[in-house]
Amino acid sequence: MSIGSFILRRLGSGALSVLGVSLLVFLFLHMIPGDPVDNLLGPDATPDNKARVEKCMGLDKSMPAQFVAFLGHVVDGTLGPQCRTQDSGDKRTVAGRIGAVLPYTVRLAIFGMLLAVVLALPLGVLAAVRRGTWVDTAATVVSLSGIAVPMMLMAPVMLLAFFVWLGWLPGPTDVGPAAILLPAAAIATHLMAMLSRMTRSSMVEVLGEDFVRTARAKGLPERTVLLKHALRNALLPVITIAGLQFGSLLSGAIIIEKVFARPGLGLTLLDAISERNYPVVQGAVFVIAVMYVIVNLLVDLAYGLADPRIRAA
Amino acid sequence: MRFRLFATSTGTPRLSPSAWIGLVMLSVFIIAGILGPWIAPYDPTLIDLDHRFEPPSGAHWLGTDRNGIDALSQLLWGARSALLVSASVVAICSITGVIIGTAAGYFRGWVDEVVMRVVEILMAFPGILMNIAIVAVVAHPGLGVLIGALVVNGWVGYARVARGQALSLRERDYIAAARAIGASHPRIIFRHVIPNLLAPVIVQITFGVGGVILIEASLSFLGLGPQVDYTWGAMLDQGTSFLWRDGYAHYALIPGLAITWVVLGANLLGDGLRDRLDPRQRGKA
Repeated sequence: MSIGSFILRRLGSGALSVLGVSLLVFLFLHMIPGDPVDNLLGPDATPDNKARVEKCMGLDKSMPAQFVAFLGHVVDGTLGPQCRTQDSGDKRTVAGRIGAVLPYTVRLAIFGMLLAVVLALPLGVLAAVRRGTWVDTAATVVSLSGIAVPMMLMAPVMLLAFFVWLGWLPGPTDVGPAAILLPAAAIATHLMAMLSRMTRSSMVEVLGEDFVRTARAKGLPERTVLLKHALRNALLPVITIAGLQFGSLLSGAIIIEKVFARPGLGLTLLDAISERNYPVVQGAVFVIAVMYVIVNLLVDLAYGLADPRIRAA
Repeated sequence: MRFRLFATSTGTPRLSPSAWIGLVMLSVFIIAGILGPWIAPYDPTLIDLDHRFEPPSGAHWLGTDRNGIDALSQLLWGARSALLVSASVVAICSITGVIIGTAAGYFRGWVDEVVMRVVEILMAFPGILMNIAIVAVVAHPGLGVLIGALVVNGWVGYARVARGQALSLRERDYIAAARAIGASHPRIIFRHVIPNLLAPVIVQITFGVGGVILIEASLSFLGLGPQVDYTWGAMLDQGTSFLWRDGYAHYALIPGLAITWVVLGANLLGDGLRDRLDPRQRGKA
């Protein structure tokens, strides 16, 4: 199969997944007890306003027509009007509101991912090379606690320690580029722990392979054997897990953004939920699903690039 | 003779020491969850405004919260909710998942096609966001709604494991033999296929307990959890919002360490069981 038709097929099945998720969320949102207009505007809304919002949300149409209307808003790139503000002249769309905060979340996720990989690889390699020694035990303890300590505890404790007590890192009030360090470190902890365990087991496996013994036997320096021969081959499963976990970074962003009061997709989703602004909830969920599908596709492509054997399959 | 879990004569290794530690940690959680309400020294909803934000003392071993409620009692009752939620979710998910996954792998064809399509849709989405979307639409979710929300996509993992096993089991000779002597499909599935694919499912269940506890705590922390007076997540939410208060940091640590305890126990036991039951997977993260 050519790479082009592979991408096309994956895009098709990805689009189907996004459509399925959108339909599921659409149905959930329609199962909410109570009138969506009352939910959004509160009990004191004027009849005029209520009629306007009802028309704006398209609630006067049938359910299938509403879903088709949502898909139309996906195609025209607005994700629909927000339907919230009092004056009907408001042009802010759901896409506008999400687009304004999306870069913050993407930056947080990418920075967190980089941090996790940069810390996990040396830790995992070290644990594998020094297998069975106290280095290995220490690395295991670090990664197990990184997995077990919930992010809701890790994030505030890091904030308390490095911002309030030690004052080493800027906290939520800072707007400079360094402000991303603490949130990124907090979001990276879990992933770092998983990746370092993955790297360790993958390295242990590869170090037992014949080609590593050959490389050592022909007298290559240990450094070259480890980094060029072993690590390169051990990286495959690590790349996969890292890519697949990108989605979990997006969900982790909700907790981190709440703790650090940092604008982003997660905080917008939480706000929309408490405002009972369902067009925004639906839009945010849609955007997250699309990002997730695209990242998974990229992971598959990267996998093919890293391992020529897979490209043929 | 030493006790050996799922003993066989093939000389595979016993449970590792760390798996035993995990088993003990999980047992402590289960016992606390069952006995908690009886050994709790106070009523977990008893408000005592004269004794707010107290540090640990003889009267209140773990101190009190912002309403003067005894933290130890909250912790023990919280263990009850955590046990209830995790046990129900894992039980429902594993049974549904195994049946659906086995059917998909055993029958192949359109059953498999439909199941895998649904699995793909549910997997195309970070799990907790799906849970949030469901819980968010219910104004005051109880434990039942929470369990339901976690089940919606929780069965997928079990179904995938079971399907993969069933796909290879269906080609075995003893299945062909059973079919040849005229055994019905349900009989083959329940007597021959499912019992033979349980080992990896048990490993998955062990990890699942930790996962469910983490998700429940995350939802409660985001203010979307069950409207019950005592969950670890709600304690953590309160603890972290008062983390800045002098001499009160310990309150956030209590539920945080309890969650860590269960998740760590589940992971240690899960790792050990995987090594024991499925040696090919040994050492994989």
